[in-house]
Amino acid sequence: MADSDPIVTLANVTVTYGRQQALADVTTTFLPGAVGLLGPNGAGKSTMIKSLLGFVAPSQGRMHVLGLDVATSPIEIRARIGYMPENDAHIPGMNAVSFVAYCGELAGLPRSDSMQRAHEVLFYVGLGEARYRNVETYSTGMKQRIKLAQALVHDPDLLFLDEPTNGMDPKGRDEMLELVRDLAHNKGVNLILSSHVLPDVEYTCDSVVVMDKGRVAASGPIAALKQPRGRVYELRVKTPVDLETFFGRLRAAGLECHSTDEDIVRVFVPGDGGARQLFALAAAEGAQVRHLRPSVPTLEDVFAQSVGQD
Amino acid sequence: MPIHDQGYRRYRGGKAGGRAWLVIMKTGIRTMLSDKKFIVLLAAAWLQFLVRAVQFYIAANFSQAAVIAPKADTFRDFFDKQDIFVYILTVTLGSRLIAQDRRVNALQIYLAKPLTRAEYIFGKLGILASFLLFVTWVPAILLLGVQVVFAGNFEFLKANAYLFPAITLYAALEVSMTSTTMLALSSLSTNSRFVGIMYTGLIFFSLALYNVLRFITGSTRLSWVAFGNNLTQLGDVIFRVTPHFQTPWPVSLLMVVVLIAVSALVLERRVRGVEIIA
Repeated sequence: MADSDPIVTLANVTVTYGRQQALADVTTTFLPGAVGLLGPNGAGKSTMIKSLLGFVAPSQGRMHVLGLDVATSPIEIRARIGYMPENDAHIPGMNAVSFVAYCGELAGLPRSDSMQRAHEVLFYVGLGEARYRNVETYSTGMKQRIKLAQALVHDPDLLFLDEPTNGMDPKGRDEMLELVRDLAHNKGVNLILSSHVLPDVEYTCDSVVVMDKGRVAASGPIAALKQPRGRVYELRVKTPVDLETFFGRLRAAGLECHSTDEDIVRVFVPGDGGARQLFALAAAEGAQVRHLRPSVPTLEDVFAQSVGQD
Repeated sequence: MPIHDQGYRRYRGGKAGGRAWLVIMKTGIRTMLSDKKFIVLLAAAWLQFLVRAVQFYIAANFSQAAVIAPKADTFRDFFDKQDIFVYILTVTLGSRLIAQDRRVNALQIYLAKPLTRAEYIFGKLGILASFLLFVTWVPAILLLGVQVVFAGNFEFLKANAYLFPAITLYAALEVSMTSTTMLALSSLSTNSRFVGIMYTGLIFFSLALYNVLRFITGSTRLSWVAFGNNLTQLGDVIFRVTPHFQTPWPVSLLMVVVLIAVSALVLERRVRGVEIIA
């Protein structure tokens, strides 16, 4: 495999749970480095990871991980990957160092090497002082860290991280993101980070695959996706009609609007129309523009455009 | 790497595949042996061996005690008496083997490693089977040795040459049936206590059903409906003693095989990295 070859490829992959189609004819590639797998809950992110791990068999399509076919070489693939599951998961009745060393042994490391690496990765993820404590006594944040440690102990070439910051406090979340970023950018570990939290993906990843309703809505390097194909503005207006009606009219004119946490709406104006088009539309509707500021496109805009969220 | 550097570093050593089941088994055994209550239970399971050893010593050294001299039946009886410990070990240890892993989502940790579902199951099976063999086959074989040592000759062993294979075959049958059944039940729930109750219920319900059928038909031909009876019947045939029941032994053997096959099927369906509720 050349360095620039995709580390994961999916070709026409469909996964169904009963009548529910979790992945619908998905074709995409994941480049080396850190790739975000982004999408709202139920978009098919976890299903994609579980399919790549061989937990779920697709009803059609082919998948390759690190150049190996998932259907024919699942064991060889799992020897080279690490998986941090989304929900709480550990081996019962073990302290952290025994648990991580055990995971290393399961991955094929000799017992002595496994124990040594268990100590190292526990220090790396920030659990050095708590490594002799039973895992069941750990807080949610510590459990997230130990899940990362067990995924790292055998030094995988590719890490699957499924919602790694779930349930963590802001400080812990920042530390986890730093670890993920360090692994990808300084330690040479390829990783796929599944998350519905945009800033997490934007901070840690170089490229992104956006999922929605079991399909790939957008993919590519984040920087390229953020390249404007129009302009983004922050807008606050006072209208004679209710705001939703006004935004409906903007959308009818081809603009994209989505709310932020405040009373400001981010408006994407495609093409070269810019603020002039926005003012013209406001004037036509009798709306007063109270605030208009050009903004830089964020991954959130890409995401909103891709999955069609307001 | 400087000693103060606790950062992540790449692993340059070798990795060996295909021994994950052994890792699971060894770690499981080690974990159980660190439990003092479990050690006491194992020690208690060896009391009968001590009593039998004393019996063999007295019989070998005091002619007045010829009545308690070991016979082939003695070894059949030894297994019967050990059944209580087989049951306790199966319920206390076996019930949690997969149930606990399912409770804390450990299956996805295991199955994301380079091991197959069969390796996981064999590893778990190995833990229970090792302890069950430790309280059945090991003491029974040692008793054979003790008899030879105390008698100072091989007369008994020569006259009952089938005993070694009989002990081995019966122990293998008992351990296979018991451990696969319990492992299958353990995969059905996340609550190990409930699994223990299910196993106990299965034994007692099937026995109660047999007793009702025996009362109605006036015959022991339907003994195969009780799981324990099949093992008893096969044990009698293997040790060449008068069978307890009128059931033909191939029927009992078939029931044991069916039970193991059904357990394997349950395990195949339940041991998965992801639980799909369609």
